[in-house]
Amino acid sequence: MSKENLVLRLNRVSCKGCGICVAFCPTKVLKIVEDNKCKIIDLEKCIKCGQCELRCPDYAIYLEEGTDGK
Amino acid sequence: MSDRSQLVDKYFRVDNLPHIWCPGCSHGIVTRALTKAIDELDLDPDKIVIVSGIGCSSRAAGYLNFNTLHTTHGRAIAYATGIKLANPELHVIVITGDGDASAIGGNHLIHACRRNIDLTVMIFNNNIYGMTGGQYSPTTPHTALGTTAPYGNIDRPFDLVRLVEGAGATYIARGTAYHTLQLTGYMKKAIAHKGLSVVEAISSCPTYYGRKNRIGDAVGMMQWMKDTFVEKRAYDRLDEEKRIGKVPFGEFVNIQAPEYTAVLAEITKRVEGRL
Ligand SMILES: Cc1ncc(C[n+]2csc(CCOP(=O)(O)OP(=O)(O)O)c2C)c(N)n1
Ligand code: SF4
Repeated sequence: MSKENLVLRLNRVSCKGCGICVAFCPTKVLKIVEDNKCKIIDLEKCIKCGQCELRCPDYAIYLEEGTDGK
Repeated sequence: MSDRSQLVDKYFRVDNLPHIWCPGCSHGIVTRALTKAIDELDLDPDKIVIVSGIGCSSRAAGYLNFNTLHTTHGRAIAYATGIKLANPELHVIVITGDGDASAIGGNHLIHACRRNIDLTVMIFNNNIYGMTGGQYSPTTPHTALGTTAPYGNIDRPFDLVRLVEGAGATYIARGTAYHTLQLTGYMKKAIAHKGLSVVEAISSCPTYYGRKNRIGDAVGMMQWMKDTFVEKRAYDRLDEEKRIGKVPFGEFVNIQAPEYTAVLAEITKRVEGRL
């Protein structure tokens, strides 16, 4: 699967705000915001490496085939 | 459109999510790694049985969409042995904690290894009894703190890899929740292995172990794994003093030996032939 077709998805309902994805994202795409959950703050910088998905204990963040980036 | 990945939709009982694990508990990471391993092996989900004991780690069985059995504390391997003997066609995977597997269940573990029965044992090792509030376990390091070791643990810990090697397991690997891709690789090989395989998956309990031992929160525990665990080949090249405080991960044993249910089938055939 080519990376061009992948988009980053975040399900904020599942997020428990542990911050692991934020800490280990190599390009600092993510941030824990006021409601203590993760937010995508800079999607442009996402290199689709999938590190966040691998280590999200709550299955809240993942890459999926698609284009809209929502 | 679902709001979960295809992998999670396929292998999890999504109605039971979100799970009960604390924020940043690595058990969720290790459980996902297991589904990834199963997916990459392309196994028939109906042929997979997940058997767990009791503990936060053992709760994983309830979230997985296979044949699952959530049993009693320490006894998962005994139930799994029965299932495998009744139907050797099944892939029987045990999910157990360090307490479940090596304290109350220690005898089941070593004797299953000795028999080399074709089970895959995934030990989620977070160095503590998470579910009951942070009591020390047989893998809590010497001097580490637990609710039952407020002045530091006076016991010495088991090295699970060496324990199961001594007991006769024929595939043994150690991975960590931080080194997730490698962990998935070991899980794949363990499931495909014919015989008793053990994967020690280093997990983390930020709520009790991390907080008590000032290793930190969820992120701190992941950083600790990253800093502490070194791939075996790199570890072997380190000088003696550089090894202090480091723990190797990787594949430790991968050998073939007669498998218990196969030996039993053979002897049954031989004896039945005489009747
Ligand atoms: C026979 C019996 N003894 C004790 C308990 C209490 N108990 C429940 S879980 C547990 C330890 C769990 O630790 P571990 O297996 O390491 O799993 P974790 O919760 O850390 O994932 C204990 C002692 C029990 N449920 N049954
Ligand atoms: S108590 Fe520890 S092991 Fe149990 S869910 Fe919380 S972090 Fe995980």
